Amino acid sequence: MADPAAAAEVRLPGARATLVPLLLRLRTFIALILVVAFFSAMAPNFISVANAVIISRHVAINAFLAIGMTFVIVTGGIDLSVGSIVGLTGMVAGALLTHGIPLHFLELTIYPSALAVVGLALLVGVLVGAINGLLVTRFSVAPFIATLGTLYIARGAALLLSAGETFPNLVGREAYGNQGFPVLGSGTLLGVPLSIWLLVVVALAAWYLASRTPLGRQIYAVGGNERAAALSGVYVNRIKMVVFVLSGLLAALTGLIVSSQLVASHPAAGETFEMNAIAAAVLGGTSLAGGRGTIGGTIIGAFVIGVLGDGLVMMGVSEFWQMVIKGLVIVAAVILDQMQRKMTPRA
Amino acid sequence: MAGAAPATASAPPAPLAERAILRAERVSKRYPGTTALDEVDFQAWRGAVNVLVGENGAGKSTLMKILAGVERPSSGQLWLEERPVSFRTVHDAAAQGIGIVFQELNLCPNLTIAENIFLTHPFTRGRFHLDRARQEAEAAALLRRLEHDLPPDTLVGDLRIGEQQIVEIAKALSREVKVLIMDEPTSALSAAEVEVLFHVIGELKRGGVGLIYISHRLEEVVRIGDRISVLRDGRMQSAARVADIDVRWIIDEMVGHTTLAERPAARPRTGPTVLRLEGVTLPGAGGKKLVDDVGFQVAGGEVVAIYGLMGAGRSELFECLFGLRPEAAGRAWIGDREISRLSLPERIEAGLFLVPEDRQRDGLLQNLSVAQNLSISSLGALTRGLWVDRAREAAWTGEMIERLHVKVSSPGVSITSLSGGNQQKVVIGKSLLTGPKLLLLDEPTRGIDIGAKAEVFKTMRALAESGLAVVFATSDLKEALSAADRILVMSQGRVSADLPGDEATEELLVAASTRSLTRPPAAAAAAGAQEP
Repeated sequence: MADPAAAAEVRLPGARATLVPLLLRLRTFIALILVVAFFSAMAPNFISVANAVIISRHVAINAFLAIGMTFVIVTGGIDLSVGSIVGLTGMVAGALLTHGIPLHFLELTIYPSALAVVGLALLVGVLVGAINGLLVTRFSVAPFIATLGTLYIARGAALLLSAGETFPNLVGREAYGNQGFPVLGSGTLLGVPLSIWLLVVVALAAWYLASRTPLGRQIYAVGGNERAAALSGVYVNRIKMVVFVLSGLLAALTGLIVSSQLVASHPAAGETFEMNAIAAAVLGGTSLAGGRGTIGGTIIGAFVIGVLGDGLVMMGVSEFWQMVIKGLVIVAAVILDQMQRKMTPRA
Repeated sequence: MAGAAPATASAPPAPLAERAILRAERVSKRYPGTTALDEVDFQAWRGAVNVLVGENGAGKSTLMKILAGVERPSSGQLWLEERPVSFRTVHDAAAQGIGIVFQELNLCPNLTIAENIFLTHPFTRGRFHLDRARQEAEAAALLRRLEHDLPPDTLVGDLRIGEQQIVEIAKALSREVKVLIMDEPTSALSAAEVEVLFHVIGELKRGGVGLIYISHRLEEVVRIGDRISVLRDGRMQSAARVADIDVRWIIDEMVGHTTLAERPAARPRTGPTVLRLEGVTLPGAGGKKLVDDVGFQVAGGEVVAIYGLMGAGRSELFECLFGLRPEAAGRAWIGDREISRLSLPERIEAGLFLVPEDRQRDGLLQNLSVAQNLSISSLGALTRGLWVDRAREAAWTGEMIERLHVKVSSPGVSITSLSGGNQQKVVIGKSLLTGPKLLLLDEPTRGIDIGAKAEVFKTMRALAESGLAVVFATSDLKEALSAADRILVMSQGRVSADLPGDEATEELLVAASTRSLTRPPAAAAAAGAQEP
């Protein structure tokens, strides 16, 4: 997994490769197959197109955040603010659709179209990401602390937008010309939900960015050895800025999808989402020390968590046990990761 | 072996001082593949400054570590006050009265002076509760003795390096010391602080402590030393009373009279000027200048060595040139382009590259492959549209691997699987892919084996012949003499000599590198105006 470019492709076992290292290498994928097989046996109706679509929609929410998180973690950082950004951007969209932009001095209110609302909400995500980036680069605040701060600030801002109330029924009004917002969450294309299409596009773009572009290479370089990267001519601060902005943007997209699916925005939406995103990235083999991790791995990790959650629900396992099991899976994944690193000679 | 002490020594200052307090007898230290110390006899006298000198790699540090209990000898015996002793650890040695002040300070910056001094042997009430008041009182007394009236509750991290050195000495003195070992204690001190240290040393001497003083600054050695021992290539070359010898003698004993067989023929400076520096100055802590008004030029096709001892300012000069020290003053040009104000990536683009000294920390991207390490600095040139042109990347990196003879099974393997020498070649290869005009290499042979060293120098020579200017920093005399067309010597931040390779000798280099260029603080201001 040390080679980001090669990791997305499944490497064929070479002459020296034995079965055990290969199995360890593909552990997340195997875990996904095992989880699916387990629930297929235990829960009737688990294997069905309808259920697959439902699970994928759930997974997509976490996967967007986890992709952004992977980039941040690969540079050696962490972004705890994504869950709050989900809440904040949903509320921004809700406020814009419900109240528009009041211009008091003209005694006029502008209602942006649904598309413009989406654009503005995404901009809010970019802005929070940029603030994270600035705190980390310009003011040398540790990423954990900087994003912990914005976690509270963004959540507070979300609550302030409606004094803690929900914006219900975000369908827009014909008179305002701002209809169509629910399409993002519940629209389909060729029978597949838009959010899943979006996930495919974002995942492919992220994989491409990570493994084929100079930016991606520099992201890995910064996470591998920041000093050496700087001495090699990489603008380290720019790279960090980019990953936080990207994470903020993807969190904003998630916030829009969530509120569009519910046709309402709630200020508490997205709470603890950051933890699921970190879990997906770590399950997929991303190292919290930085420098190591792949988009493919993260997506599989997000699916493991999603399938596990939905499968346990279908089996009727209590929410409390679900949490215990999720925790055990994460810890087991990290132990396997350490085993793999010890077993593979550094060659 | 009581007769090992030279009884012929005349004019004893005091009867007690006639007996060696600490003695090493036929001490050897062998590591796999090398012998660091070969049957060395060494005496440290009571109430005297016992100086230990030798070139880099002569075995000074090893001997010192054995005396202080950091390492154990492979064979031989230590005697403390004529009793056979062996130290298992530093604490063991400290308990028996051996104190040591390491060159790299071993202090915790987050603790106070008093806490640092008594870290390993705290004053307590009931063996549990720290007696802070007593610790601070004792610490204050020690500091007063060292003529530094620092509040003992000051955080060590807030102190200047020179003051930290004083704390380190206080730490050693906080226990009953019979022998105090000091490794290059003045390398971080300003001229005024050196005077205080010498005063303290004089006082310790009168108190009967045997001091073992390791220094590269020969003028200093002659000034405060009583006895001198010279190590060369792991053997004890000679020992004498300082009163009977001079700096000239020390240099001769250190380097010997043999000259190196192969010597590069004097090469004419072929190319146009590639690098020009004017008045490069880097302020350090406490008014000490790490780089002090350095100016020189380097032509294309030249291999220039910058020789100097530790702390002479070689690495710092390179860091100034590469844009890592924004506080540096002075101007620098690559060709006609001034680089003084450029960012690091802009300097790379202007044709400069630094191969750093600490390969693991500053040179390698341990998570990436050999090929990716090679290409990281030239991704711009390898980009087609939005993506890295992987075919091109493979071609360029493959070519570089071949050109530098990097031994690697495939460009895709992890950089960490390579040997030190091959890793160094990859770092050099990375710089070459940026198309530099000037290559700076800081201790390019550090931590690589002898065969790989020769290869690295061959590579440097080949690069110079292709028109590059190559400047490397080294603390190894033989490297400087055998690999360079021209040798600049740095001492205390300044260039103290600029010699063509065929005129340089070991004696000249050692003399220039140990020349004290520090002016007394009062004279410094007056002399400031007359600098070129």
